[in-house]
Formats: sequence, C-alpha cells, structure tokens
Amino acid sequence: MSERSFFKNRWLPYWLLLPQLLITAVFFLWPAGKALLQSVQRQDAWGLNSSFVGLANFFDLFRDDLYLQSFGTTLIFSVAVTLIALAGGLLFAACADFILKGSNAYRSLLMWPYAVAPAIAGALWYFMFNPSLGIIANALEAIGYDWNHALDGGDALLLVIMASAWRQIGYNFLFFLAGLQAVPNSVIEAAAIDGAAPVRRFWAIIFPLLSPITFFLIVLNTVYSFFDTFGVIHATTQGGPIQATSILVYKVYETGFLSQDLGGSAAQSVVLMTMVIALTFIQFRYLGARVHY
Amino acid sequence: MVERTPLLRFLAHLILIVGVVITLFPLWVAFVASTHPIENLISGPFPLLPGNQLVENYSKVLFQGGSSFGRIPATTMMLNSLIMAVGITVGKLVVSFLAAFAIVYFRFPGRNIFFFLIFITLMLPVEVRIVPTYDVVSNVFGPFQALLEATRIDRLLEAVAGIEVDLEWRLLNTYMGLILPIIASATATFLFRQFFQTVPDELVDAARIDGAGPMQFMTRILLPLSRTNIAALSVILFIFGWNQYLWPLLVAQENRLLTVVVGIQRYVNAADSLPVWHEAMALTVLAMLPPVIVVLLLQRLFLKALIDTDK
Amino acid sequence: MLRMRLLVVLTLAALVAAPAAAQTEIVWWHAMGGALGEKVNEIAAGFNESQDEYVVTPVYRGSYAETMTGAIAAFRAGEQPHIVQVFEVGTATMMAAEGGIYPVHELMGKYAEGWNPDAYLPAVISYYVSDEGNLLSLPFNSSTPVLWYNQDALDELGLEVPTTWEELEAAANTAVENGWECGMTSAWQTWIQLENFSAWHDLPFATLNNGYGGLGTEMAIDNEGVINHIAQLQRMTENNAFVYPGRESAGEPMFLNQECVFFFNSSAGYGAINTGADFEFGQTMMPVDTRIREEPQNSIIGGATLWVLQGHEEEEYRGVARFFEYLSTPEVQADWHQFTGYVPITLAAYELSQEQGFYEENPGTDTAIKQLTLNEPTPNSRGIRLGNFVQIRTVMDEELEAVWSGQKTPEEAINAIVQRGNELLRQFERANR
Repeated sequence: MSERSFFKNRWLPYWLLLPQLLITAVFFLWPAGKALLQSVQRQDAWGLNSSFVGLANFFDLFRDDLYLQSFGTTLIFSVAVTLIALAGGLLFAACADFILKGSNAYRSLLMWPYAVAPAIAGALWYFMFNPSLGIIANALEAIGYDWNHALDGGDALLLVIMASAWRQIGYNFLFFLAGLQAVPNSVIEAAAIDGAAPVRRFWAIIFPLLSPITFFLIVLNTVYSFFDTFGVIHATTQGGPIQATSILVYKVYETGFLSQDLGGSAAQSVVLMTMVIALTFIQFRYLGARVHY
Repeated sequence: MVERTPLLRFLAHLILIVGVVITLFPLWVAFVASTHPIENLISGPFPLLPGNQLVENYSKVLFQGGSSFGRIPATTMMLNSLIMAVGITVGKLVVSFLAAFAIVYFRFPGRNIFFFLIFITLMLPVEVRIVPTYDVVSNVFGPFQALLEATRIDRLLEAVAGIEVDLEWRLLNTYMGLILPIIASATATFLFRQFFQTVPDELVDAARIDGAGPMQFMTRILLPLSRTNIAALSVILFIFGWNQYLWPLLVAQENRLLTVVVGIQRYVNAADSLPVWHEAMALTVLAMLPPVIVVLLLQRLFLKALIDTDK
Repeated sequence: MLRMRLLVVLTLAALVAAPAAAQTEIVWWHAMGGALGEKVNEIAAGFNESQDEYVVTPVYRGSYAETMTGAIAAFRAGEQPHIVQVFEVGTATMMAAEGGIYPVHELMGKYAEGWNPDAYLPAVISYYVSDEGNLLSLPFNSSTPVLWYNQDALDELGLEVPTTWEELEAAANTAVENGWECGMTSAWQTWIQLENFSAWHDLPFATLNNGYGGLGTEMAIDNEGVINHIAQLQRMTENNAFVYPGRESAGEPMFLNQECVFFFNSSAGYGAINTGADFEFGQTMMPVDTRIREEPQNSIIGGATLWVLQGHEEEEYRGVARFFEYLSTPEVQADWHQFTGYVPITLAAYELSQEQGFYEENPGTDTAIKQLTLNEPTPNSRGIRLGNFVQIRTVMDEELEAVWSGQKTPEEAINAIVQRGNELLRQFERANR
C-alpha cells in the first residue's frame, strides 16, 4: 500500500467499516466457524442430537472413492471449461480485431450470454440435448451418434462443459478484444514489414503481449468453473450419472442437503475453504491482488 | 501498412458468424419452443420456426403462472428477482464504498487486520459454506444469544432487571435473507479501494486546506468522481444478483418469494409428470431478458466496468 | 442489541398483526409438478371453500428428495411447514425424528372425532404404521408399479400382453426387430426393478423383515433371483429391447413418443399418459420371473404420504386434522384416484369408484389395487423401512447405471449396492441410536 494523504479521526473509520465488518462477521466468519465446528461432529438429520467425533468426518471423506473421484471430475471439468472458453474467446477476438469494421456488431451479439444465469444456460442446453425431444440429440441420432446423458457419463460431462463454456466465451472475448485493441499499431506494422504472415505474426508477436490478460482470465475462468457452475449441474444432470458430473461444489450441497450428512458436508466445506484461501493467499502474495466477480 | 486480403477478411467473418450462430442458437431454440403447444415439441421433428401460441404461452406464464406449481405468475417471480438484484446491488455499493473509504483515507489501529478479514471473503462464494450459512440465516442472533447464555449474562439480566433476553432474528423467507449473505463478499470493496488509490493526493490536501472534514470530502469530491465507476459496477452487480441460484433455492421456501431463475428449475423437474417444456422455455426467455437487456443497453458502462476495474 | 430486539419484535408484531383475518393458515409442502400440481391446488381450493376457518396453502418444493430434505432443514431452522409430502423411502428418516413429527394417529385421535383408522386399506397403510400398528402419516398419493403397453403396437406386431419376463423379453425383441427404437423402458428403476421385483417374488430386500425389525438391518438383495434379473435386463440393453431412459420418471416421453412399446411405470403415470398418448394404451400387472416363482406375491407401495411436523399452534393442528378428514372423504379420494392413477386409500373410495363404473369404462385402472392386495403380505412384501433410504436409492441408481453402461457386471453392481448400502445403514444407526 502506497503512503498517501489521509484524514485523522479516531472513531470515524471504525463507523465506516462497521457495516461491512458486521456483514462479513455474521454471514462469513460465523458460518465458516460453524463449518469447522460441524465438521468434527456427527449430527442426525433433524439436528436433535449431535456428538463429537474428532476428525472422523475427514477420514470418511478421504476414504470415499467417490469423493476423491470428484476431485478428478472437478479438475477435468474446470480445465475443459477454461480451455474452451478461452480458446473460443481468443479466436473470435482475433477475428474481430482483424476486420476492424463491424466488430461492434459482433461484440454485441457475442457478449450477451454472460448475462445469462448458469442455471438457465444449463436448462437451455439440457433442453437441446433431451434424448427424446432435443433438437441436437435428434440431429446426432440422425448421423448415428446415440446421445444419452442419462447413462453415458462422458456425454453428461460434455453437456455441462458445453453449457458452462458457452456462457463464458463472450466474456473472455471482450477482454481479449480490449487487449488486442491496446496493442500499438507500430508493433503490428513493424511485424508486417518483416513479411510475417498474419497468423504467424499473431502467435509470434501479438499473443505474448496478451499474456497478462490471458493469465488473469485463466484465474477467473477457473474460479467460475469451480463455483459458479453449481447452477449448471443442479439444473441439468444433478451430478449423475454415477456421479460423473458431481463437481466439488455440487457435492457440498448434495451431501449437506440431499444426503443430510451435515458433518460430511461441513468437512467438505472446510476442505474447499482451505484450498481457496491458500490459493488466494498465493495469488495475493505473488501475483498482485486482482479482482474477480 | 498491414495487408488485409479479401480471403482472410472473408475467413474472419466466417468464423465470427459461426460464433454468433453458436451463441444465438440456444436462445432461438428456447424462443421457438416457447411459441408452440406442447404436442409439437413432444412428437415429431423439432420445429425450427415459431409456432402460433406465442401470446397464449407467454400470457399464461406471465399472469397465471405455469401449471406446474402453485400457479405463481412469472410477474411475481420477476419482481422478486428484481428486488433481490437491486438489493444486492445497492447494499454492496453502499457498504463497500464506506469500507473502502475508511481503508484508503484513514490510518487506524487494526486497519490491516480488518482489511485482511474482508479480503478473505473475496474468493469464497456462498456456495462453499452453504449449510452453516443456512443455519445462521435461520437465526442471525444465534451467536449473540449463545454468547449471553455461555457467559450467564442472560440470567444476570433476568435476575437484576427482570428482562428476559431471547434474541431472535429469522431471515429465512425474507428479502433480507435473500440479500444480506450475498453482500458478504469483498469484490466491490476491493474495486473501490483500487479506484481511490488513483485519486490524486492533491485533492485531499486541497480539501483539508479548505477545512473540509472527511465526510464532506467523501460526499462532495469522492462521490462525484466515482460516478461512472459506480454506474458501471451497478451493471455487473445487477446481473450477479439477478442470476443468483443456489441461495434463493434454499432460503425462499415460500412461493411468494420464488425468484425466476429458481422457478425454471421447478418447471423442468416434475415428479410423475412430464415437464411442460413450452412453458418452461417461455419462462427461460423471460428470465434472460432483463439482464441481457441491461448488458446490451448499457454496453459502454458494462465494458468499462469489466475492463477498467480489472486492470 | 436490546433496542434491535425491540425493533425486530415490533416489526414482527406489525407483520403478524397485519392479516388480522380469522383464518388460520396451514402450509403444505409437496412435490407434485405438472398436472398433479394442478390437482393438488384444486384439492386445497376445495377444502378452503368448504369451510371458512382454515386456509391450506400448497407450496411446490421441487423433487421428492428436495421437498423432504428441505423440510428437515427448515425444521432445524424452526421454519417448518405444517404438512410435508414425503415419498415412501423417507419413512424411516421421518420416524426416527421423535420430537420432530406429530404422528397422524395421535393428531386425529385428539382433534378429529370419529376418526376410524380401519377405514383405510391395509395394503396401503402397512408401509406407514409403527410397530404398535399405529398410523404415522397419512397416505395421500400411493401408487404401485404396473406395466404399461402400447396396444396399437401390439396389434400391429401381433403380440399378446406378456405375463412373464420370458414373454416380455420375446415381445420386446419382436418390436425391435420390426423397427421399433426400443422394446421396453422403465421409470424409477430402483423402486420397480429392485424393490418391487423383490416383493413381487417374495425375496428379501433387507434383513430384519426389510428393516421393520430395527436399525440393525442389512441389505439382502445379493441373491440369485435379483442378480439373474439384472443380468436379463443387461442382455436386453444390447439390442435395445430394454433402453435405460434415466432416473425417476425420465422414461415417460419415450413411451408417449411411441419410441418404446412397453413401459414400467408407476400406476400414477395414468394422468400424464392419458393426456399425452395419441394411441391406444393399456396397463397390466408386472410380469413374473418364472425362474423364481410361478405366481406373484404382491407389490408394494410407492408414492408419498403426508407427515405432520411438530412446533406449531394447537389451533393450526386442529386445521390439519380437518384437512385430513377432508382428504379422506370418498369423493375427494375417488376423484384424485381416477384422475391420477394413484390408488384409493380408503375402502369407501374404492367402492365409490366401482359404483361410478370407472373401472368398467377404463379397463386396467384397478390393476394397481389388485396387485397390492393380491396375497396376504409376507415380511418380504409388506414394505421397506431403511434409514438413509434416499441415499441408498441413489447408490442403487448409480450401480445400475454402471451395469447399463457396461462398466460393471450385474454381480459386481449388486455386491457394491449391498456394501455401500450397509455403510449408509450403519451411519444412520450411529446417528439415531
């Protein structure tokens, strides 16, 4: 933090901070503490009796193959969503930057899915791929691919990845386009004089200039695919089939609310929070704090 | 000069058009489905052109509510979503602005600790701690009551003053319950902090020489300076609020509080009966409209919020 | 803090005082979507018009599982509804909540004069009575699985309605050979192909009389009969004689779109099939696996019952009792039964439907009740009462999906169900001791 001019007042800053601190304490710190407490307890569904069980919930978790599998699922899911959304965003941004004129019209058409709730994105894709009446499922069937996300874990995972990435492409596109438009013309012209072909020119000279944006978008998209995609999963596959689409954040909900295993769910919350806080800390220390939505 | 051969230009356009088609296709399918009677969707090839039931389907969903549940009209759900979105937007802006102001323009004991406490919330959405948050919202005063009981202060009060303390503040099934926990993340605080740091020091000094206090500086100088930022941030926060899903799914247990995004899930998952896809898709289109319109109309602000504040 | 408290109290008082109407509200959470949801609203409206003291507000809460778990979470938070509709697999979880639920026999005994538990059909309520024979929850929408078939298709293919699994497989094969996309599909695979299959053939599903005998129960489906049955279904998936549609009632559109000739589904599919099918359809009893038995035993209940939750005012419980009386009247029951295909819960409603000629006009609509009352129930066919049954269902769904997708053999899957199911049972035992 830079040293700068400031006001002197003994109590005012505390009053100013109070609303945010209160909300943070009541709706963040207290629940987080409660999660810690519940994670070492075993409770019945109704909360009528609870007992202290030490770390049993955590041991149960890491003995549960399906929970460990969920880490793998989350990883595959996040990497796929991030890759597709970034590659798509970059491709469209490069094309829009290239044609200059009319890129604004394309921009409006491409960016709107960002305004669509993940749960709605899920519902849209779920509808198009409904094995009985979905337009795309029927088209696939016509060309001989038997689409079935109710049974085929791969199909199901593909479905939620597509729905999640579809919503995110326009967002990445905007950032890349802004980055490209900030590249000085002199750089591009210098490269053109060297006689490099446009595509090679892009990869060799322009793309490296975008690396800060790329890196920032990787973080952002990863966070998105880790947490914000709950709605996509819940509104479509509900984690199935055989938990093929049960990502970590869905599992917290499923264990806590559907399976009514409060201890297990709290233990998962603690694991996730630890992971995220560690990552945030690393980011804060080494990469400079950035903001995300 | 950079060459732009017609062939390459054509290719670029082609790729973009494909992109636009992929982007718009789901929306088109939803819109088409929402204009047909259900029979057209269930049997035979899926129609690619709108049907003749647009008015019927939409008026039914909007004003009577779907046949799936409780006949909650979409107007009610949209209103709930609006209240939630606006509440989250305004709440976050006010709380964050004040907190960021305190952190940037004051030096006081505990500043770093407070900042760290607020910062921790940055990357942890409510989904991660969903079960305990639900418990807390069922009685926000739970911690205080526990504290009183643990310290026996409640007995003392009862004995000395005859006041029976039973603190309860239930937020389930209230708009407050929908809004407050979502405000508990520091994204906006962070943004304001970054913005305030770009405000020239001279302004502060000038204000001080004029004898203006911190609050006057905040209202007269800082607030007008932040106008565009606040407007841009509002766009983002509105969309963020409108699209909330898991939290309203759990907290709004009564029909009168149902939000539109949760409503769609209710339409699609029905036990022992067919989903009413045409109505579900009409509701989907309705639920998409407000945030999409906000983004398209306020593009400039939206872009500014995304690009500027993130750099 | 105290001032805050006062403020809160004041606003609450204002809120509570606002609707100063004399009517007491009763909140009823349910999981009935689509046309069934319409009917639920109709029933509530009928009750609300029949008297002016109470108002029943039905609230649709999503799937069965989410409705039940939502109600339990709400109970923890002190925001529970008066009545919640819980599917049959939730029975043990609900029963374990002493202090959480208000047993129906107590409620009715206290507030409803002349309430007669003997008016209900034993086959329907046996799933929901305590060890002492007391009714714990009110059966509202009870169903049992039946075999639906496309009559037009059978005529066209020259097939008879099958009565054994052998015949069903042969018929399904014939359909596929003649260009049908799918011979047979099944909704609610765990309820129909495992739970009811076991009862129908008098095979144990779990030890200790399917869990009625206490918390120490263990899964018992690792028997030859069940494994052979799953193996047969797996064989049928190879040529699409059986197509797995997805969980719960996902198979319905496939039957209605005339993709499949046969469809295992709840008898309660009647409403949706009746409105959605543009072909002649029929329903018949589930087929018998003659490798196990020549004659079927009896089927078991599915669907859901209404549980009353603790923590409300006496006046409100009086209203709940009034509402339950209304629900049990023959007219309401018969109407509900004839519209939905759920079985009538009282003898009077069954007789009324007979008098009205409903079964004559709609042949097959009494299949469900006939199946349920086929024989005196044995310990294997009375019902199933397992803790954590909702999760056990999920486990069964997952393992069966592993069979249909070729990842596991039937034997491996059934053994995995037993092992994972037992873990869940022990977990429940520990939490509810």
